[in-house]
Amino acid sequence: MAGSTSLIAEKTFGVTIEKLNKSFDGVPVLKDISLEVKPGEIFVIMGPSGSGKSVLLRHVAGLEVPTSGSVHIGDFNPADPATRQQIHLALVFQAGALFNSLSVYDNLALYPREHRLGNEAQIRDRVMHALQILSLEKAVAQYPAELSGGMKKRVAIARALVMEPQLLLYDEPTSELDPVMSATIIEIIAALREHTAVTTIVVSHDRTLAMSIADRIAIIMDGRIRAIGGVADFEHPANPAIANFLNPTIDLKNPRFKQLENDHE
Amino acid sequence: MKQLNAIIESIGSTVLLAFNSGRYLKTLPRQFPRLIEQCYLIGYTTLPIVTILSFFIGSVLALQSGYSMQNFGAKQLIGTLVGMSMVRELGPVMVAILVTGRVGSAITAELASMKVYQEIDALETMNIPPERMLVMPRLVAVLFMMPVLASITNLCGWFGGALVCKYTAFIAVEPDAYFAALKRFMGAKDVWDGLIKAEVFGFAVILVSCSIGLNTRGGPREIGAAVTKAVVVSLILILVLDYFVTKVLI
Ligand SMILES: Nc1ncnc2c1ncn2[C@@H]1O[C@H](COP(=O)(O)OP(=O)(O)O)[C@@H](O)[C@H]1O
Ligand SMILES: [Mg+2]
Repeated sequence: MAGSTSLIAEKTFGVTIEKLNKSFDGVPVLKDISLEVKPGEIFVIMGPSGSGKSVLLRHVAGLEVPTSGSVHIGDFNPADPATRQQIHLALVFQAGALFNSLSVYDNLALYPREHRLGNEAQIRDRVMHALQILSLEKAVAQYPAELSGGMKKRVAIARALVMEPQLLLYDEPTSELDPVMSATIIEIIAALREHTAVTTIVVSHDRTLAMSIADRIAIIMDGRIRAIGGVADFEHPANPAIANFLNPTIDLKNPRFKQLENDHE
Repeated sequence: MKQLNAIIESIGSTVLLAFNSGRYLKTLPRQFPRLIEQCYLIGYTTLPIVTILSFFIGSVLALQSGYSMQNFGAKQLIGTLVGMSMVRELGPVMVAILVTGRVGSAITAELASMKVYQEIDALETMNIPPERMLVMPRLVAVLFMMPVLASITNLCGWFGGALVCKYTAFIAVEPDAYFAALKRFMGAKDVWDGLIKAEVFGFAVILVSCSIGLNTRGGPREIGAAVTKAVVVSLILILVLDYFVTKVLI
């Protein structure tokens, strides 16, 4: 541990989502979503591409306003600018969303500088500590455009850590990564929760991730929650749609695309 | 109807952006490095092109008026004409147009790309208002730089005119006479009016560029569309504002 920086938030929040509906231009994307994430747990939201996972996560982060229903972090509404300042949440975007005009160091230092969380020396400690946790010390002077996909994700996670978040949100943290890098990221997510007890919501369609670190899993399909439960509940799911999503069989004699062709005939 | 709504909406959000940015004015001292950077980008990078263009505009003004006035024996008034047109009208408008092309478009491209690549979203999740960090320093910087740019424009235009008057055979007005005429009818109010115009145009251009950039939606393709839109809206705005500000100031 470097110096006095702990990167541990003093408290963490649960998340309550009630009857959340969201439409874009009249097209419903999220339908009647209710779920509760308990303080300190790792909650994994799984679902096929386009099922609304990112949109759901953006609601938790306060970046989207519900069409109806509500999202609360503790007692706070994340979409309300007045209460937004009370919550320190960090969202690790799927593509990183690093500030392209800033070096890795400045990407991490921006938050503590803007919120004036100490002098430059203290901020430096904090930033270097986060970089160290993610083995990024060598990238400190590089710019986002010079980083590989895996490094971008790690920088994004380090940037989230510097915020000492009370709620950590990850959008597809292992997508586009090789298996070893995925495993590393999964271990990092678990270790961070272990060290900081921070409530963690992970959106992913990575079965390995969900099965290895989730406390609970929700399956979202076509904008609707199809199932919520512990890891054990999803080892042999009874529902054929969920079973097929989690363990898709590859049948070369009777492939799926042929069915598509037949549909058009 | 839908388009009208969209226009009213974007005017509304632009005005709102000005107010929201103004609220963070007190954070200016600690954003001093950003202010300096923006002053540099707005002022220093437009300076060469402003200098060259205003020199030639002054020259051509002298040439044209010298040509049309030679028959009336009013050559002695060329200095007045060049001086007044530069100070009251051409200087501010030209600087504003150059700032649109050189700075406004770059700002829109930068902010639109930050929006499209979710950097703006990241700022919001960090409780860092984009108005404070990205808009306010630019608006203040343009207010600092426009009078400087407009003054340099005026000087270059005047000198361009003076040179043409001296070295064009059919005009042949000496610099002494030219500058005497320039000074005779020009008061402090004319200079002030010109600087006020420059401030208004510059502020409007940067505000519109920021607003259009931050309101970009969709994919990378929209970045280019946003820049085009910002430039077109800025140019229209400069000429429309020019009329109204002139009317108020006269
Ligand atoms: N800002 C938006 N405007 C319109 N449609 C959107 C917007 N954001 C997402 N969508 C749509 O919502 C659906 C779910 O998207 P998303 O949450 O990104 O899926 P995923 O589960 O792969 O993360 C998609 O059909 C997408 O096109
Ligand atoms: Mg997604």
